[in-house]
Amino acid sequence: MSKQNSQGMDFLTSLPRRWVTIYIPLGVLLFILLFPFYWMAITAFKPDNELLSQTGNPFWLVHPTLAHFNKLLFHTAYPQWLWNTLVVSISATFISLLTSVLAAYAIERLRFKGSKVMGMIIFFAYLVPPSIIFIPLASIVFQYGLFDTKMALILTYPTFLVPFCTWLLMGYFRSIPYELEECALIDGATRLQILTRIILPLAVPGLISAGIFAFTLSWNEFIYALTFVSSSETKTVPVGVITELVEGDVYHWGALMAGALLGSLPVAFIYSFFVEYYVSGMTGSVKE
Amino acid sequence: MKALSLMERFQSNRHALGYTFMLPAVLLLAGLLAYPLGLGTWLGFTDAKIGRVGEWIGLENFAYLITDSVFQLVVFNTLFYTIVASIAKFILGLWLALLLNKNLPFQSFFRAVVLLPWIAPTALSALAFWWMYDAQFSVISWLFTKMGLIDHYIDFLGDPWMARMSVIIANVWRGIPFVAISLLAGLQTISPSFYEASSIDGATPWQQFRFITMPLLTPIIAVVMTFSVLFTFTDFQLIYVLTRGGPLNATHLMATLAFQRAIPGGALGEGAAIATMMVPLLLAAIMFSYFGLQRRAWQQGADK
Repeated sequence: MSKQNSQGMDFLTSLPRRWVTIYIPLGVLLFILLFPFYWMAITAFKPDNELLSQTGNPFWLVHPTLAHFNKLLFHTAYPQWLWNTLVVSISATFISLLTSVLAAYAIERLRFKGSKVMGMIIFFAYLVPPSIIFIPLASIVFQYGLFDTKMALILTYPTFLVPFCTWLLMGYFRSIPYELEECALIDGATRLQILTRIILPLAVPGLISAGIFAFTLSWNEFIYALTFVSSSETKTVPVGVITELVEGDVYHWGALMAGALLGSLPVAFIYSFFVEYYVSGMTGSVKE
Repeated sequence: MKALSLMERFQSNRHALGYTFMLPAVLLLAGLLAYPLGLGTWLGFTDAKIGRVGEWIGLENFAYLITDSVFQLVVFNTLFYTIVASIAKFILGLWLALLLNKNLPFQSFFRAVVLLPWIAPTALSALAFWWMYDAQFSVISWLFTKMGLIDHYIDFLGDPWMARMSVIIANVWRGIPFVAISLLAGLQTISPSFYEASSIDGATPWQQFRFITMPLLTPIIAVVMTFSVLFTFTDFQLIYVLTRGGPLNATHLMATLAFQRAIPGGALGEGAAIATMMVPLLLAAIMFSYFGLQRRAWQQGADK
């Protein structure tokens, strides 16, 4: 991504003007975008009496406590949900990447008869929203005896991951020069060798962005996990927190926010390491 | 010269190899995407319940839904939610993109931080909104009371219109980053020389925005807004966490109503009919946002 457009003409706007038109609006927007996370974090460390008192400054912590985390980690099934989410996300990501690499290579490089049509189908498959097909999928999951198993989620998540990853990887494969493949073919490499030894090493940034997207989307998935799983031992974090920690009329806000915070951290953590890949993957995938 | 073995011939035939490589993806998408899509449509024409295979009842589900006052309200809610939230996301997202495109210190840091609402699990960030919208302990009410703007706490999720606006705000909050970052990528492809040339000719910043930025950004706006409309129209999690469709079905969307009727309610057929009815509306919304926005591009003579 090239640096800066308006750089050259910045001298035309005075500093006070820049404050009013740029820094203040930007500050306000950033504050609004980040405030819910601040609020989530501060609530998670606040003792109950401070949470429920109407006096005092709610924006600050007087006596931070780990009581909510203690309750969450040792008195609920939260660790189990974390583990489930991890297993499901990693398996679904792995299956999706494997399937997508093969499909993207076939469509983009082998150019078999009908590969153009296949590319279109993959694109349209991405546009099918989960909230339209979760009901029939639930009946299929039930039919095959997968209801209430992690397998149900591991098998259904790739339906929205594969189209997306394939599409993203097709873009990356397109940028690798044909000449490399031709040289390898002349040297007697098979297509599979070309894929594993030439294309994949060159497409590592693409694989990383596809992998992070797939992992994040699986970690955040809600409607399938809510529909296909019912017992506490198989739930994922988002579903577990919403369905089990919210009980009756007394809301344990501290524990709820601690659960939300811990559940958001893994994706935020991975994302912060690979932010450049994420941003380029995201913007690359919407570009025409 | 030795004859090629079957394996070698297979490996050098790109068509055969191509079909083999496509096989996992095709099986997966056919079995778990295309088949459910068809099955869902079929279920919509049956009276299937959970645990009971339904019988064909023709258009009965659809005929019932069209006269059902709850369903009518839900269609209105969905359209209102999609239209208001998409417009707000577009305006705020474009604004944020324009701000981030200025020459700023720590630009890449800002760009990274802005995406947080988009990558955090929606169900969990919705919980934070739920807590901020709490009728008794809302921090927003607390702040407004201290500032003297209101004299009693706002019931964010208790009043129908208030609840509609509250869920829309939460949805907009979550959607801004996607629009902003995608549009920012588009902005960075616009050559700075256009701005330099126009300012020499005496163009005001507004004229530059109107006659340079907007026309050149239109193709990417069309794509981004199409996706934005798609995500908003089929939204489920936010509503499920914040209101479960209440109060008085004021925030029920088609996806949440389909879930409620089909899974806790057990009426798979009826739920599937609601989901099926989303398809034409969804296609119309996508066509409208894509071609509606795209048309302006060629009217203005852009080459893409």
